[in-house]
Amino acid sequence: MSLSKKNKEAFLNPLTINNPVTVQVLGICSALAVTAQLEPALVMGLAVTVIVAVANVVISLLRKTIPGRIRIIVQLVVVATLVTLVSEVLKAFAYDVSVQLSVYVGLIITNCILMGRLEAFAMQNGPFESLLDGIGSGLGYAKILVIVAFFRELLGSGKLLGFDVLERFGYVNNGLMLLAPMALVICGCIIWWERAHNKDLQEK
Amino acid sequence: MDLLSLFVRSIFVDNMIFAFFLGMCSYLAVSKSVKTAFGLGLAVTFVLVVTLPVNYLLQTKVLGPDCLTEGVDLSFLSFILFIAVIAGIVQLVEMVVEKFAPALYASLGIFLPLIAVNCAIMGGSLFMQQRIGLEPTDPKAITDITSAIVYALGSGIGWLIAIVALAAIREKMAYSNVPPALRGLGITFIVVGLMAMSFMCFSGLKL
Repeated sequence: MSLSKKNKEAFLNPLTINNPVTVQVLGICSALAVTAQLEPALVMGLAVTVIVAVANVVISLLRKTIPGRIRIIVQLVVVATLVTLVSEVLKAFAYDVSVQLSVYVGLIITNCILMGRLEAFAMQNGPFESLLDGIGSGLGYAKILVIVAFFRELLGSGKLLGFDVLERFGYVNNGLMLLAPMALVICGCIIWWERAHNKDLQEK
Repeated sequence: MDLLSLFVRSIFVDNMIFAFFLGMCSYLAVSKSVKTAFGLGLAVTFVLVVTLPVNYLLQTKVLGPDCLTEGVDLSFLSFILFIAVIAGIVQLVEMVVEKFAPALYASLGIFLPLIAVNCAIMGGSLFMQQRIGLEPTDPKAITDITSAIVYALGSGIGWLIAIVALAAIREKMAYSNVPPALRGLGITFIVVGLMAMSFMCFSGLKL
């Protein structure tokens, strides 16, 4: 199956030049809060990808029947239903991770990536394009989460996914990496690196 | 004393922005000038104080285990109901403010619809839900509706302080020479990181 150029863009742009977190500045709250370790970050990235993709398809199918004035409420209800489902699944099959993620699973409802993609893309495009756009946006978000979590877990506790990596070389853990401020600083550095390599993104 | 402790802790120690990153999107987007930042901060505080007690009553009277009838636990519905309450109240507040306080509406108006999807509001309700189950001796516990209101007020003021402080720093930063790739978003992130570090010194606070 070959994809048309437009579909390819819908899928790939969020992963690179139009990343939801570092370029569109959406969904930062949860991106920073769940990244002290790699495992919850992976689960969160996966959960958001699934929810954005499914919500995009549902809204895209409903887009001609939703009255313009109450569209935000309709979108919120669709998203809240999906988030409740994901939260129950996590509680059933990955209880430890769902405890670690605590309120941030519920906060996927107010994650701006969802509302942003639903408003900007799914309300105007067909279900298949919306599915690709949703998966692309979700993976773009997951990419940043994994990068931040990789550095925080590696430098903060000397482990990756719970396995010793640096500790056996006598590395002394830097506890500051596990605290809130370093998530912000690392995210700032990722943006710095990205913009240094792509001059179009720089602000004046 | 417990209420005072809860109030001060929710402003400084459990600050919505610096400890939990809640409401980060609008925090970064609307912090370019002190005046608009103050308006948004006030609006967030106001909506928190209105919605949190309503969600508290909903949680303790309807959703919690054995609240409605014996053996029924509706907690899994809390996400949908909380967000419905928040979206509904925001709409209502917008209409009431527009009718009775046009001056306030002119300054807050544009921010109110944004607030329905601000994570700080939803986060406040979800943290409240977690804190209901704590021991009453725990300084974080929310035991009755007064403490729910105090917690909402403290969280809102904490958010207000954070956004006004960042806006003031960004106004001054316009005059400094930042490397081109770091300009705008990059440097803002690092500044917020440093602010969060300075707020960590409150974490040992005891009242």
